[in-house]
Amino acid sequence: MSDTRPIEIEVLRYQPGARAEPYVQSWAVQFADDTSVLEALQRIKDLHDGSLTFRWSCRMAICGSCGMMINGVPRLACRTFLREFLPGPVRVEPLAHFPIERDLVVDANDFMTKLATIRPFIVPREERPLSEGEYRQTPAELERFEQFSHCINCMLCYAACPQYGLDTKFLGPGLTALLHRYNNDSRDGAREERMQLVHSDEGVWGCTAVGYCSVVCPKQVDPANAVNQNKTMSAVDWFARFLPGRRP
Amino acid sequence: MTRKPYVRPMRGWWRRDPYFTRYMAREATAVLVLAYAAILLVTIERLAQGRDAFEAWMELLRGRAFLALHLAIVATFVLHTVTWFAIMPKTMPPVEVAGRRLGPAAITGAGLVASLAASVTLFLTLRHLAS
Amino acid sequence: MKRSVQPVFWILFGAGGMLSALVGWMLAWITGIAVPMGLGFPQLGYDSVLAFERHWAGAGLTFVVIALFLWHAAHRIFHTLHDLGVHANAGAWVACYGTAAFGTFAAAALLLSL
Repeated sequence: MSDTRPIEIEVLRYQPGARAEPYVQSWAVQFADDTSVLEALQRIKDLHDGSLTFRWSCRMAICGSCGMMINGVPRLACRTFLREFLPGPVRVEPLAHFPIERDLVVDANDFMTKLATIRPFIVPREERPLSEGEYRQTPAELERFEQFSHCINCMLCYAACPQYGLDTKFLGPGLTALLHRYNNDSRDGAREERMQLVHSDEGVWGCTAVGYCSVVCPKQVDPANAVNQNKTMSAVDWFARFLPGRRP
Repeated sequence: MTRKPYVRPMRGWWRRDPYFTRYMAREATAVLVLAYAAILLVTIERLAQGRDAFEAWMELLRGRAFLALHLAIVATFVLHTVTWFAIMPKTMPPVEVAGRRLGPAAITGAGLVASLAASVTLFLTLRHLAS
Repeated sequence: MKRSVQPVFWILFGAGGMLSALVGWMLAWITGIAVPMGLGFPQLGYDSVLAFERHWAGAGLTFVVIALFLWHAAHRIFHTLHDLGVHANAGAWVACYGTAAFGTFAAAALLLSL
């Protein structure tokens, strides 16, 4: 690498077999202008300590695997560059609000289990034979849900959400945004089912509009908007359900 | 290899990031909203008690302690107004004006203008009534 | 899943929050600084305040302000207690919303008695 400088990287490590508590280990890493935190971790693993454990895949901010806390902020490691943190040190920790599995790998089971409960797929309104052809959608209909379809399930918003940190029963920002994506899709017919999750204490009513989730989202999904729009809808529905003949 | 997931404590979470601290300041405004409502309630109660009770209370309100408290209340209410309209765009579905989607800055700005307009109207109305 | 009861309180919180965001700062300035110090407002005495609160509009405005401010504060404080690690249990619930309810009834009773 030409024109490299050193920077100190501190990693919060956790090796449950070896030590009972997490501990900090640091390395001096040479970096160039375009070295990401992910690349630095890979260099540490390759050259200094092969036991350093972390998730990654695409290196281009689309798979959502490499979410971690970098200087206390939830970020994608592949899209965070070391030059931003001069003179250092850079503190790298596993995503907040999730149990640490090992080093920078968190236990994402809660998110994965909840993902299934929101039915993240198009549930047709009625049976449609193939002969009827494709669904047609206007640009306006697409716009109603498109932004929320950009979610890459990176869970940065969960690391940003203190309400999730305080109570993991909370459905959370990302999954509410995903749920909203399907509810707002003209092809889908499972809105009433999904709203049962929304209406509960663990649904949107666990949110206190902190708004940090939307700040950290790498894809500008704006989950805070999805959750709080659904608060308004849920509140209106709370009263409207007593009126005859209303839409769920 | 045994799994032993480690759960980190949430104690002091709001001190971890300036964003969280600002959120707590926003939430804390509720304490002075409560205080102001209590002051209004006591004023009505003193009014119901009669002239002497009311006038004694008014004398207290003219004192330095209550003036200082009310300065703090006014400042806190301004913080509430600003943070309220700052978060308002997040609670709204997309709004279109003249074929273009209204951005959050426009919504917040409209709210702040509305606050100014409503407050000035209130001021002029009450001043007219009091004269 | 059980439907939350929060919407009722959230709507009251929202109404109180909107009212206080629109006119709270000016109201507090007038009643807390301008009137006591006679700044642009004559010092209002017992008779004029009584007349104001005896009028349906004056009493109505006062009631709405006190009640909505109380419900706004109760909801926010209840949730902030949870943020601070105080378990959002029945005790906290009664303390917060109970205070707002008490204040609402008290305001109505007092204003009606004038």
